[in-house]
Amino acid sequence: MSLLCEPPRPSRRAVLMTGGALFAWAYLPRFARAADDRDPRLIVIVLRGALDGLSAVGPVGDPDYAGLHGDIALSLSGPHAALPLDGFFAANPAMPVFARLFKASQAAVVHAAATGYRERSHFDGQDVLESGFSGPGHVATGWLNRALESLPAGERVARLGGLAVGPSTPLVIRGAAPVLGWAPQSLPAPAGDLATRVLDLYQHRDPVLAVALRTGLDADRMALDDQMGANPMKPKGGLDSAAGMRQAAQGAARLIAADDGPRVAALAFDGWDTHVNEGGATGRLATLLGGLDGAFEEFEKGLGERWKDTAIVAITEFGRTARINGTVGTDHGTGTVVLLAGGAIKGGRVIADWPGLKPAQLYQQRDLAPTSDVRAVLKGLLADQFGLSAAVLGDKVFPDSGAVKPMMNLVA
Amino acid sequence: MRWRADLAVPASNSPPDPTLVAFNRFGLGARPGDRDRLGADPRGYLKAELRRPDVAMISLDDPAYAGVLGSTAAIQASMAARFQRRLDRSLMTAAAEQAANVPAATNAPVMASAPLKVGAPASPPSAAPAKPMPAAPPVEAILYRAEAQARFDKALRAEAGFVERLVYFWSNHFCVSVAKNNIVRASAGAFEREAIRPFVLGRFADMLMAVERHPAMLFYLDNQQSIGPDSRAGRNRQRGLNENLAREILELHTLGVGSGYSQADVTSFARILTGWTMAGREGRLGEPGSFVFNANAHEPGDEVLLGKTYPAGGMGQAEAALNDIARHPATARHIATKLARHFIADEPPPAAVAHLARAFTKNDGDLRALAAALIDIPEAWSTPLAKMRSPFDYIAAIRRAAGPGPTNEPGQSLNWLNALGEPLWRPPGPNGFPDQADSWASAEGMKIRLDIAWQAARQVKDIGNPSDMLDAVIGPSASPETRQAVARAESKQQGLALLLMAPEFQRR
Repeated sequence: MSLLCEPPRPSRRAVLMTGGALFAWAYLPRFARAADDRDPRLIVIVLRGALDGLSAVGPVGDPDYAGLHGDIALSLSGPHAALPLDGFFAANPAMPVFARLFKASQAAVVHAAATGYRERSHFDGQDVLESGFSGPGHVATGWLNRALESLPAGERVARLGGLAVGPSTPLVIRGAAPVLGWAPQSLPAPAGDLATRVLDLYQHRDPVLAVALRTGLDADRMALDDQMGANPMKPKGGLDSAAGMRQAAQGAARLIAADDGPRVAALAFDGWDTHVNEGGATGRLATLLGGLDGAFEEFEKGLGERWKDTAIVAITEFGRTARINGTVGTDHGTGTVVLLAGGAIKGGRVIADWPGLKPAQLYQQRDLAPTSDVRAVLKGLLADQFGLSAAVLGDKVFPDSGAVKPMMNLVA
Repeated sequence: MRWRADLAVPASNSPPDPTLVAFNRFGLGARPGDRDRLGADPRGYLKAELRRPDVAMISLDDPAYAGVLGSTAAIQASMAARFQRRLDRSLMTAAAEQAANVPAATNAPVMASAPLKVGAPASPPSAAPAKPMPAAPPVEAILYRAEAQARFDKALRAEAGFVERLVYFWSNHFCVSVAKNNIVRASAGAFEREAIRPFVLGRFADMLMAVERHPAMLFYLDNQQSIGPDSRAGRNRQRGLNENLAREILELHTLGVGSGYSQADVTSFARILTGWTMAGREGRLGEPGSFVFNANAHEPGDEVLLGKTYPAGGMGQAEAALNDIARHPATARHIATKLARHFIADEPPPAAVAHLARAFTKNDGDLRALAAALIDIPEAWSTPLAKMRSPFDYIAAIRRAAGPGPTNEPGQSLNWLNALGEPLWRPPGPNGFPDQADSWASAEGMKIRLDIAWQAARQVKDIGNPSDMLDAVIGPSASPETRQAVARAESKQQGLALLLMAPEFQRR
């Protein structure tokens, strides 16, 4: 699809900056940065296990919500009252930071969203979410990495590569573009020149391991430099614990805030598969949401000056059943939320074409029906933050998704 | 920069050294002396290990594995500890209330029957409730460490370690996670010893049956409280069906995703599985902590699964269904693909997969015959050693090469596993830990392997000559560069660490 028959719809900012020169749009951020010191960053948090969107951001104004979600439904009254976002939706009380950012127009919600995947396997669902392909079975590269690859060679965002937080690299950022890996340090560093010698051996015998090890050593050095060599971070918990999520964000923020640090990052938080005793305003899911909220707070603090240029997006493979199951939890479903936060976000909005929760309105009579495509949100962010064209986004970053139009104006 | 591990190993037309293949691709790495013991027939050496009686077992009677308990006893201990904690809490609340009412702090003796923890009177009674004294590790943590120790010990003792590798393969295929709750934490090790090890050279259908009725699995995938909506219990109570176990059996344990089952099959199978649960602490249904079939929770009636009707029949309904799906052609393909990916290559040769699937079906899921078929596949001996050792296998190989570590204590190995992202019996999801090379060759992972290699090398008291160790552990096919790096190290410790980091030690 050529640009002529499919004109991209740039954000207001893009139009102002280019003065209508749409063909230059794909390279815009470079000029934009020169003009207004904008230096965009994008952080992707993958919530693995399928987040119950109806318990994260509850449609408290929907008359059918309380009946379906039963004991775990959020409510505006009571000891753990949900935090109202607008007249209809309210955030889980475990997310005060998110609610505060929302009020400050630095956070937004896209509700009733799903990828193009309509089955209910976590693993296929995650593959689709992270690979960016329309179906499962593509596990070599992720959309965020291909977005980096699609930027003009030598462009700063592309040159600085991506950041993967945690002991293994999430699929969403795997691929040919360089990726730095980092996790809280846990072991004493080797003495002498062992690292140099091993690197030398790898360069001769195993180039793949050479790149991996060098990248790992570099990341470690950066994280340490930033702390002036003081106490390296000890792991506080896995990425399925609130403390672990907060700590991962703290470390990632340091690396991303650096002038020569990566401009895009991926984190994966586990544990959202709440089949049993999910809890509502308090309990298991609320604890995890509190961890995610803590991560938002750490990013806000750690990014400092760069917070204003940052967009954070939290996505999950699919939602959960609208009706609670027999064990006060929820089973695998379809529509859910996308959470957006960051100084760059044009926030204070719940973006939803609300499908309703009456039996006939539910997808297959069990799930929140999807009315927004998660890929549209991600495309909108990539377009606004890095100037990727709709054609590249529909072709290379999210293959065969030309019909899914980028959601515009997510970035202020 | 390409990250695909299999593309970047230096091209070599000659097949890898068969002895190295036996120890690294199939086994847990050579201990000093192992390569000599193997002799001239690597295939025969591996097959001999398959024939050794009870080779996969960790027996409760073996004094070498003191401290492990059967799952029933382990779960009972966990339930008793939970009961005690609740009791303590209510006693503590009572004590705090009493302390608040009676100004004098001398009322402690009144609580003489309470456990020690209640003891010390809190500072000002108005402050937060009295904090318990630093307690002994919880019983679940003690059991977890004993089970971990048994697993590491067994890895050290194994000959080639092929059977242990099969145990780990199946344990990851049928994984449970101690992150679930205390019941699984107490019984995850017992689960492997009771539901995996006895069948790893037996029949797949028997392993499947043992796995799906084990309390650790019933809790991990939430079946213990799944209740048929029209069962007696379902009609009396608010709770109902949970389809988690049913879905994962079909998707992960047997047929594989995309093999043709529907949401209706999942729901129907979930109804079939209702009533498969564990007897609680009070023992109303059976011995506490053991598997029971609770007919009161079982959904009555016939069910259709994958086009076949399973007549109402209590527990036998699920047994019949499991027996059928264990023998389904999609299960054979799914298992064959995973096994070939694990032992041969990330993208396994289609001929090898087809061969294994045929062997699985022909021998009615006999896993010893399947393992022997794997040994006989030519590609298993000709494909370059391009996969990465998983963290557990890497640590086991380090211990086998360099000795068991400073103390007979699993803490260090467990910490290493955590740092490398493969915490023992704690996978991120029911699909287990990843099995692709680039999952384990990450930047962070390699940096941590370097730290571990150094820490391990520093602990060895008497290293001897690192070049001799290279000969003993890797053998004559070690590259000249590796040989030179080890020989020219500035210390014996550094030489050993270089050996433990060498591509020949990392890859398999």
